[in-house]
Amino acid sequence: MITYLLRYYDQMLILLLEHLYLVCLSLIISLLLAIPIGLLIARSKWLSTAALSFFGVVYSIPSLALFSFLLPAFGLGKMTAIAVLVIYNQYILVRNTVTGFQSIDDSIIEAGYGMGLSSRYMFFKIQLPLALPIILGGIRIATVSTIGIATIAAVIHAGGLGVLLFDGLRMNYLPKILWGTILSSLLAYLANHLLLSFEAKAIEKARGECRGDTV
Amino acid sequence: MARTAIEFRNVSKQYANTSQYAVTGVNMRISEGSFITILGTSGSGKTTLLKMVNRIYEATSGEILYFGESIKNLKIEEYRRKIGYVIQQVGLFPHMTVEENIGTIPQILRWDTDKIAKRVEALLELVCLPPRDFKKRYPRQLSGGQQQRVGLARAMAADPDLMLMDEPFGAIDAITRQNLQEELIGIQRKLNKTILFVTHDVSEAFKLGDKVMIMHEGKIQQFDTPYGIISKPANEYVARLIATQDIVQRLKVLKAQSVMLPVDAQVSDRAFRVGTEESLHNILTYFLEHDQNHVLVEDCGRGVVGKITWEQLKVSTRQGKILSA
Repeated sequence: MITYLLRYYDQMLILLLEHLYLVCLSLIISLLLAIPIGLLIARSKWLSTAALSFFGVVYSIPSLALFSFLLPAFGLGKMTAIAVLVIYNQYILVRNTVTGFQSIDDSIIEAGYGMGLSSRYMFFKIQLPLALPIILGGIRIATVSTIGIATIAAVIHAGGLGVLLFDGLRMNYLPKILWGTILSSLLAYLANHLLLSFEAKAIEKARGECRGDTV
Repeated sequence: MARTAIEFRNVSKQYANTSQYAVTGVNMRISEGSFITILGTSGSGKTTLLKMVNRIYEATSGEILYFGESIKNLKIEEYRRKIGYVIQQVGLFPHMTVEENIGTIPQILRWDTDKIAKRVEALLELVCLPPRDFKKRYPRQLSGGQQQRVGLARAMAADPDLMLMDEPFGAIDAITRQNLQEELIGIQRKLNKTILFVTHDVSEAFKLGDKVMIMHEGKIQQFDTPYGIISKPANEYVARLIATQDIVQRLKVLKAQSVMLPVDAQVSDRAFRVGTEESLHNILTYFLEHDQNHVLVEDCGRGVVGKITWEQLKVSTRQGKILSA
């Protein structure tokens, strides 16, 4: 175990960075798509139900199947991997964006508009801060699941920590399998922890529990 | 003659996907500085009528004028900022302190920070919440009654000419509600705001309103002073509605000035004196407890303006009862 680490730490670091790159890039693209989609469909009950059940169906497709399904379109490598990860994230992120905005009490919205606030003010100063905890919750779950699913992307030569896992499996070599597992779990754990702390801050803010830093 | 604050011209409202009108052909003028209560059961159109004034709902036909100008021609956000809006669920912004909630509109109007801070303190005093204890609190740290007080303060922040209130005390316990009602009457006297106040509670409507508008099936059934309605109900619906109040309740609604008899200019009488707003209920209690048969009615500033005798009290009570039975 340790000898393997000492001998191949440089390769492992490269795989880790590659993994991070896959995860970060697909998360950024996912967010850029999901937030506007979520905002757009949150206004209509019918539209949000329809869109969410569609994304739900897509989400239930096994990742290996989705990878091979998209291979003809994007070919082997990172492009396909990122496309698949983005597609999976849509369900989680869109759903949480919609839920976040729909969970705001109607009376707050009515009072806000009734007292003469503009839609812009309502969005940035009222609705967004109140929806933020749930949106951040979605980002956290999406991040953790992306870190996991991204390991499977190694199958289509997208690199990342999955390479360690699959090589280990093929060669029946335990240290590789273990290090692949440890590194990806550690990554998921740390990401979860970091995002959880942001989320906790946002919850405090939205509920009006923070003190001293508002004035 | 007071100016007309709000005028309805043949206003109707039909919601999408319904065949019935929620409000039908309402014509009415509300003069500046008056406290109007709109009374009706649920589905009577009272809330719809109120919410058409600040364009939460748009009228299907007809026109609403705000100080003579059609509200459709006013810029909606600027227009709404001139109107205080209070709803039953309050709708405070949970992520902002009491101070920030109240200061929202002044801040948008770019008042300077000092002026906002002073305004917030003055308003909190007005609604009986000591600023020092309350301005840094968040809505979740307040009781229901305190939240609605903050809601009221927020609605008055930019000193609006008109207040729209949709069952503001509907979800508040009886004792706190009484206090709030009395404070609201006090605030209205002091600041002379025009208030439209929707309620389904007969006693509340009669207690608060200078005039009461009774709505049923989208139409105004009667628009008159509490005394006018109790003594001369316009139709059977109104009669039935006020008959749900027992005689004691009705005496609580009737005010001294509505039944008092004129008196000579100089009164040397040592009889007990009551304010013009004193309820007949309290006067009756006084008669019974002190074995007296008349009191003098005094208007603060103007001295004695009338008197009420035991006979007069009996007659006006019976009148109300017979006519509304």
